[in-house]
Amino acid sequence: MKIAVASGKGGTGKTLVAANLASVLSKDVSTTLVDCDVEEPNLHLFFPSPVTTADVTVPMPVFDPEACNHCGKCAEFCRYGAISVLPNRILFFPELCHSCGGCMLVCPNGAIREEPVRIGIVTTSHPSNRLTLVTGILDEGQSHATPIIRAAKEMGGSSDLIVFDAAPGTTCSVVETVTDCDACILVTESTPFGLHDLSLAYEVMKLLNVPSGVVINRSDGEDAEVLAFCRSHGLSVLLTIPFDRGIAAVQNRGELISRKDRAWEEMFAELYARCRTLVGVHE
Amino acid sequence: MIRLAVVSGKGGTGKTVITSALSQMLPNYYLLADCDVDAANLGLLLAPKRIHREPFHGMNTAVIDPDLCTLCGKCSEFCRFRAVDHNKEGFSISNIRCEGCGVCAFVCPEGAISFTSRIAGEIFLSDSAAGPLVDAMLVPGAGNSGLLVHEVKKIALAQDRKWEIFLVDGPPGIGCPLISTLTGVDAVLIVTEPSISGLHDLKRVVKVAMNYTTQISIVINRYDIDESMTELISEWCSDKGFPLIGKIPFDPWIIDSVRNCRPVTRIDTAPGARAIQEMADVLYRSVGVK
Repeated sequence: MKIAVASGKGGTGKTLVAANLASVLSKDVSTTLVDCDVEEPNLHLFFPSPVTTADVTVPMPVFDPEACNHCGKCAEFCRYGAISVLPNRILFFPELCHSCGGCMLVCPNGAIREEPVRIGIVTTSHPSNRLTLVTGILDEGQSHATPIIRAAKEMGGSSDLIVFDAAPGTTCSVVETVTDCDACILVTESTPFGLHDLSLAYEVMKLLNVPSGVVINRSDGEDAEVLAFCRSHGLSVLLTIPFDRGIAAVQNRGELISRKDRAWEEMFAELYARCRTLVGVHE
Repeated sequence: MIRLAVVSGKGGTGKTVITSALSQMLPNYYLLADCDVDAANLGLLLAPKRIHREPFHGMNTAVIDPDLCTLCGKCSEFCRFRAVDHNKEGFSISNIRCEGCGVCAFVCPEGAISFTSRIAGEIFLSDSAAGPLVDAMLVPGAGNSGLLVHEVKKIALAQDRKWEIFLVDGPPGIGCPLISTLTGVDAVLIVTEPSISGLHDLKRVVKVAMNYTTQISIVINRYDIDESMTELISEWCSDKGFPLIGKIPFDPWIIDSVRNCRPVTRIDTAPGARAIQEMADVLYRSVGVK
């Protein structure tokens, strides 16, 4: 089973949910946790252990000045504006390049080849016997997150149980993470921001046809609007985590509430059981 | 006009609450843009009145004409984005995955692939009490958020330049929407929180922001949730020479004001509001606003 944890709004507690869920599950079964929030990955802070590192590269064009006759076909083809051909030289803007390979295909002179360029890394560690953590990390200054997410998902392999921690938002990074998942946990908070962004994230799950349920985090009891939204959209509330300075203090220091408190361990086990029901109902 | 972006690296640290408060500190001063186009929330607090809307077209995406397609599979072989789906009905392009590069159309021997424009979102220009606001709504699941950020800023900057401060509510993260947000700014305010994740993400966003400006200030929100983490972040700021210009306490009154869809203003007296006002004074002095 592949479970994604997503949110729309940032800082609602995706990492708290993913880290505790995977930690609890890995007591009994082999579990892989994949950090797909590659712009700001945080899961590794909760599971410090030695990592192995692999570079993530994307192919980028290299221009052979001898073979190039400045015909400009590459620049004309590139839809991202990554190439400018001047009478005597070529300007290439790597931050705009999507690595589609088109320039190389259209060059009539064979003057373009591709070379791998590093944009980030994927690290793998084994914080406990049955837990594998895979983290995608975009290099600072790079802009394309999806190739890193793809690499991290591939590295996560095909374990029976995988938990993916998604980036905030509703666009490419989230789509890349949630695609092919069996279920998605949407983490929200009871504010107009939380609700607004939950409704957007829910639209993405509908589009991708991934069954989803909701975790309300930092609940101070004022949940009526979120609950009404869930009811009217047929979303089940899988877990409610109260606002509690104690929980915040544990989380803020990189520790796990499910390790500190037996009751939370049981609640995260129950969260998994409810995710399974989500999938069953869907089928 | 001073261009000031509020960013955070980590999501949910309080960018929007602080941006909305900053917009209330001086009368008739602001041109506002919400560059968190995935999940734009600034408008929820500023009660803007929409005066103009326009569609946002992302990249054109590929469409296969099934009558011309001979199922040769070349498009699928050359597509680097795994956007070509193949099933019993033949080949088709996934709108979500297609990045519009044009390679499939180039390699198709039958000329069966064309490109169509799609509406990927909408951009809004509004009036608010603080000044004009430009924000946007990306179609959920659509790509091109970096491009939409660029468009939002372009439309904002096409407005009258009489405003003293171009105030931008940024996206979380450090990837393309953030880079698009930071391009051309004069100063950056980074909002962090006293957690191990907050500090980790702060370091990464600072590294990116330094490519765009030297005027970087940092504020810790909800600092009293964990005073020892706050201490750690303060030490890091002073080690690296970044001014820590404020510490805002956790204040349920601020959550209430968000629930009531209103920004913190200069006349508010709650402790959180006061701390934001003091931080704003320091910030505005440091970027040269009189």
